[in-house]
Amino acid sequence: MTEEFKEIFENFQGKESDLIPILQKTQEKFGYISQEATQEISRFLKTSENEIYGVASFYAQFRFSKPGRNVIKICMGTACHVKGGEILCDAVEREIGIKPGQVTPDSKYEFRRVACLGCCALAPVVQINDDVYSQMTVVKLRETLAHYE
Amino acid sequence: MNNFESIQKKAKAKWEALQHNDIPTIFLGAASCGRAAGAMQTLEAIYQTLDEHKVEAKVVQVGCIGPCYLEPLVDIALPGKPRVSFSNVDPKKAKAILEATFLKGELPLQRAVGHFGEKDDSPFGELPHFFKLPMLEPQVRIVLRNCGFINPEDIDHYIARDGYQGILKAFELGSEKIIEEVKKSGLRGRGGAGFPTFKKWQICRNAEGDEKYLICNADEGDPGAFMNRSLIEGDPHAVLEGMLIAAYAIGATHGYIYIRAEYPLAIARLRNGLAQMREYGLIGKNILNSGWDFDINIKEGAGAFVCGEETALIASVEGKRGMPRSRPPFPAISGLFGKPTIINNTETLGTLPNILRNGADWYSQYGTQESHGTKTFSLVGKVRRTGLIEVPLGTTLRRIIFDIGGGTLKPFKAVQTGGPSGGCLSEEFLDLPVDYESLTSAGSIMGSGGLIIMDEDTCVVDLARYFLDFTQKESCGKCTPCRVGTRHMVEILEKITRGEADLEMLTKLQNLAETVKRGSLCGLGQTAPNPVLTTLKYFRDEYVSHVKDKYCPATVCRELLEYRVIPGKCTGCQRCVSVCPTGAITGPRSEPHNLDPSKCIKCRACYEICRFDAIAGDAIVIRSKGRAS
Repeated sequence: MTEEFKEIFENFQGKESDLIPILQKTQEKFGYISQEATQEISRFLKTSENEIYGVASFYAQFRFSKPGRNVIKICMGTACHVKGGEILCDAVEREIGIKPGQVTPDSKYEFRRVACLGCCALAPVVQINDDVYSQMTVVKLRETLAHYE
Repeated sequence: MNNFESIQKKAKAKWEALQHNDIPTIFLGAASCGRAAGAMQTLEAIYQTLDEHKVEAKVVQVGCIGPCYLEPLVDIALPGKPRVSFSNVDPKKAKAILEATFLKGELPLQRAVGHFGEKDDSPFGELPHFFKLPMLEPQVRIVLRNCGFINPEDIDHYIARDGYQGILKAFELGSEKIIEEVKKSGLRGRGGAGFPTFKKWQICRNAEGDEKYLICNADEGDPGAFMNRSLIEGDPHAVLEGMLIAAYAIGATHGYIYIRAEYPLAIARLRNGLAQMREYGLIGKNILNSGWDFDINIKEGAGAFVCGEETALIASVEGKRGMPRSRPPFPAISGLFGKPTIINNTETLGTLPNILRNGADWYSQYGTQESHGTKTFSLVGKVRRTGLIEVPLGTTLRRIIFDIGGGTLKPFKAVQTGGPSGGCLSEEFLDLPVDYESLTSAGSIMGSGGLIIMDEDTCVVDLARYFLDFTQKESCGKCTPCRVGTRHMVEILEKITRGEADLEMLTKLQNLAETVKRGSLCGLGQTAPNPVLTTLKYFRDEYVSHVKDKYCPATVCRELLEYRVIPGKCTGCQRCVSVCPTGAITGPRSEPHNLDPSKCIKCRACYEICRFDAIAGDAIVIRSKGRAS
């Protein structure tokens, strides 16, 4: 086991209920759940890789490929929908040429639709990396995207 | 004097000192919503300005006080004076306000929105009290009493405002009498269904076994709702104290907080809160010398809406896929790891300290015969004053939407309550008192408390499609009516919004909705058809218009509308030309432009940018195919 995984498993006893927190820690560290990570977790928890993938793929939080450098999240909550979230999604698709859930070939951008960022009063909301932009418009979004390298 | 009394004394002294500071104190609303509005940039500007002018001041970050539309909110308290609140403070405004205050020595009151002085005196001339503002006056703040006031990262602030008095009272009463008190208060689960809190507790308390669990459900997966997030971010100890009370009442040995991973600030505040509790002996072994041991773990939810359902949530905490199971046995008898388990909503728990501290009679004075107390709502959508509110149950929708929310800019059309499981209510229900029974009788539900306001620019068919699309994606897939039924419903709804459906399909949709409602295993499937059923019932005309006339009255459904330029209003400024990504708009400067519908992708950029003439979107309007203008 590599040092990195030792660190992840440090505070766990190897119980079934440790699986989700371990997956969360793994993703936090590497940005995604790689096949290698699944193998390590499988050995630690003594469960099959299939079982682990079965649980991980059930939850929206986990992903299985390398993330892009800039993560664009379009909020698809109700308030955002009512105020034009769908149109913003289209705008991102047009600007960077990929569909939600994809990463650009140069890994510059990753594009995701998320359920609700909890900033409904300031809808529509877009999050790029850790910055949250409220009351977004198509035009403002285009200008904002230009600031990310 | 016992240990807690001395802690309390110290906390009160600290709070008093903050109220009567000899240096200016600046409070900044820095919950997630404030941050989304730019609070952290404002904070930066505040520090810079203080530095630049060498002013000594204390800066305190507080939670969200409610009116999110006014954010970022900055309050300034000069020595010996109450706080004065300024709204929409961007970095530039922050600098200007601070300079006016500190260079001239007085607050620029003409720019302020309210003050927090004693209610009757008016030390600030015409400036109203903050809680006299139209959005706040009709509210009764019990759960939210500390939000926006205290520093949520300082347990002393909470204790100074009578925090942890509830658990002291609980120790005094003992578990049977706590349950009795909660029964008298009439508290019902604030997570949605409104099941009496005491009943669930009683079953669990009487259940066999030494090991019992308490889970705080802070997963809040409803799109359009953020009450739990705001409460935890603004007053985490209220929820933590509520957990102590509930756990003590049912005899739980261990507690979990199941919270959305998407709420990092709330999680951080809970972790910080737990560490502070440990320091003061409020958690762990022998809490406050009562001889009772109890500890709390935080479990981050991994993004599955169905985990709001109790049995699914338990599966998730156990490390499995979050799939519901059939009941009985109910979790109160056999829940987490097969042990008796109570799952209470965040707001239910946040209410408990108030009930224990002030008594059941005090609490039950608010609300209606059947639904006691207050409820927080997130007021969002096409309403003027958006934010987080708390009102007594039984308050009418009209009062919430128009008196508190300030109404809509365009004519009001509908209100959606209860999130994806809720329904859409038309204008005729505006005088409906908001309580569990009235909402249910109208075909909707209370849910966790999301209120989405719609005006005539919102298409209810599109909204129904949106909710069904959401529930279909979030269906765990275990039972067929939910898995297949919701998918079919989405397909039909999509056809309707594209103008490809006939009247027969509306009947099919109705039948399908009823089948899914009756045949699904858990709450997700049983309530998923509500948005469809209520819109079919109260807005049938709009469906018929999509189906028969291929016309979307709200001009939302994109397949059914077209953008065009109104020649008389277009001045030829070329702003729309510059933003059009497909070159659909052409024309020389100063002459009305041309829009080629075959090139237009309806991205709306032109509609947004066309506003030089003061009236937004006047030069380019949306026109429906079915209607000549």
